[in-house]
Amino acid sequence: MGLKTPLYNLHVSAHAKIVDFGGWDMPLSYGSQIEEHHAVRRDAGIFDVSHMCVIDLSGERTRELLRHLLANDVRRLTVPGRALYSCMLLPTGGVIDDLIVYFLTESWFRLVVNAGTREKDLDWIREHAEPFGVAVRERSDLAILAVQGPAAREKTAALLTPTQRTVALDIQRFSAAAIDSWLVARTGYTGEDGFEIMLPGTDAAETWCALVAQGARPAGLGARDTLRLEAGMNLYGNDMDETRHPLESGLAWTVDFDPAERDFIGREALVRARASGGGYRQVGLVLEERGVLRSHQVVSAADAADGAAPLGEVTSGTFSPTLNRAIALARLKPAPGSRVRVDIRGKPHAARIVKPPFVRNGKSLIDIQ
Amino acid sequence: MSEQIPQDLQYSKSHEWIRALPNGQVEVGITDHAQSALGDLVFVEVPQLDRKLAVGEACAVVESVKAASDVYSPVAGRVIARNEELSQTPELLNSDPYGAGWLMRIELDGKVPALLAPSEYQQFLKESE
Repeated sequence: MGLKTPLYNLHVSAHAKIVDFGGWDMPLSYGSQIEEHHAVRRDAGIFDVSHMCVIDLSGERTRELLRHLLANDVRRLTVPGRALYSCMLLPTGGVIDDLIVYFLTESWFRLVVNAGTREKDLDWIREHAEPFGVAVRERSDLAILAVQGPAAREKTAALLTPTQRTVALDIQRFSAAAIDSWLVARTGYTGEDGFEIMLPGTDAAETWCALVAQGARPAGLGARDTLRLEAGMNLYGNDMDETRHPLESGLAWTVDFDPAERDFIGREALVRARASGGGYRQVGLVLEERGVLRSHQVVSAADAADGAAPLGEVTSGTFSPTLNRAIALARLKPAPGSRVRVDIRGKPHAARIVKPPFVRNGKSLIDIQ
Repeated sequence: MSEQIPQDLQYSKSHEWIRALPNGQVEVGITDHAQSALGDLVFVEVPQLDRKLAVGEACAVVESVKAASDVYSPVAGRVIARNEELSQTPELLNSDPYGAGWLMRIELDGKVPALLAPSEYQQFLKESE
């Protein structure tokens, strides 16, 4: 028996297939995972992501704490409501977790972290917050609904009063606004436009039903995974973890080395890794043959001799419903050219290195030959 | 549930079915329970023609969006036909597991081993719930 979100009973009555995810009983799909995926790309889907952990930080020195705790720099957050994606690192550069931080007021920032890393994240944050006098409060009273897809904002706005609607539709990408007891953020994990709504758990079921009545299709963790992978977004535990640093996980763009005097945890290790160069890097792969890419499949150079060292391995793989091909994120050593081969059940399969994302805003960004 | 289990087939505990054909050969597929547990199928690999299979040998792979799963031959024999449709339309396994979603036909080597009758398979599913 796992933890249950306020929407658990609704999932069960919708005949969802329930799986354990980070200790939570969560819906994998409500029928066809592929149809749920297409609903998000073409119209709107709704996900229960209440298992994710919301943490409020408050105190005058919160910004100072976050500039030390996170590899990305909250100095960039100048307008209240703005959000930033960042890794939280060990001194080794290994990734403790990836998260989104929302700047609400100068003495109040909100973090949303992964469910599976909740405990170690809270321990780590509390330990570092103390010297800054920053209060750490887990908001287990909140639920999170992700409404995603080209029609997601409009369907959400239909639930609001005219004044609230104006506020909601004015929210810029990667920003949030408070609407009554909700925090509505224009963020997501699908590569589509939409909202992530943090709201009191007691309001969650009613809001879910209202959004479904507007035509948002319930979608489970299965579709969430194919959507995020098409969008080229990392999954913690697959594409990065405590043994891998952001520069070899496709997350160099989230590490802010300037200004040089900002002393964030993991900085020294990353500076060294960057200087030594030639290490692993993250790439996208498209399988040129039939089959499905899966994590831990071994990737070699296309012309590698038998017994030659492989280039690396797949970190996340799936079948892309939009491209109708297998796609993957992989961590590889530098390779000449874009042709590689992937070992699938002992047989070599041809694949091509591409630059993620694979799909954004409903459109393929990859030429399929 | 019972109406979903065809009465003219035999079943294995690893959720394959066999159908006895008039010419003495058998057709092999996976059950409705198996396809439903796997979810949307996106890739199917069926064995090469003429391949000799032993009872319980992993002979085909069915992959859904979320996972790959082996199919085990419920009988011993030689593969004499494979469902070529599945390479383009693996979803036939979801939509019609006992019909258009068949995997292969086998010429038996000896007799059909002891398998589950429809009522026994139904009981087995109930117990493993």
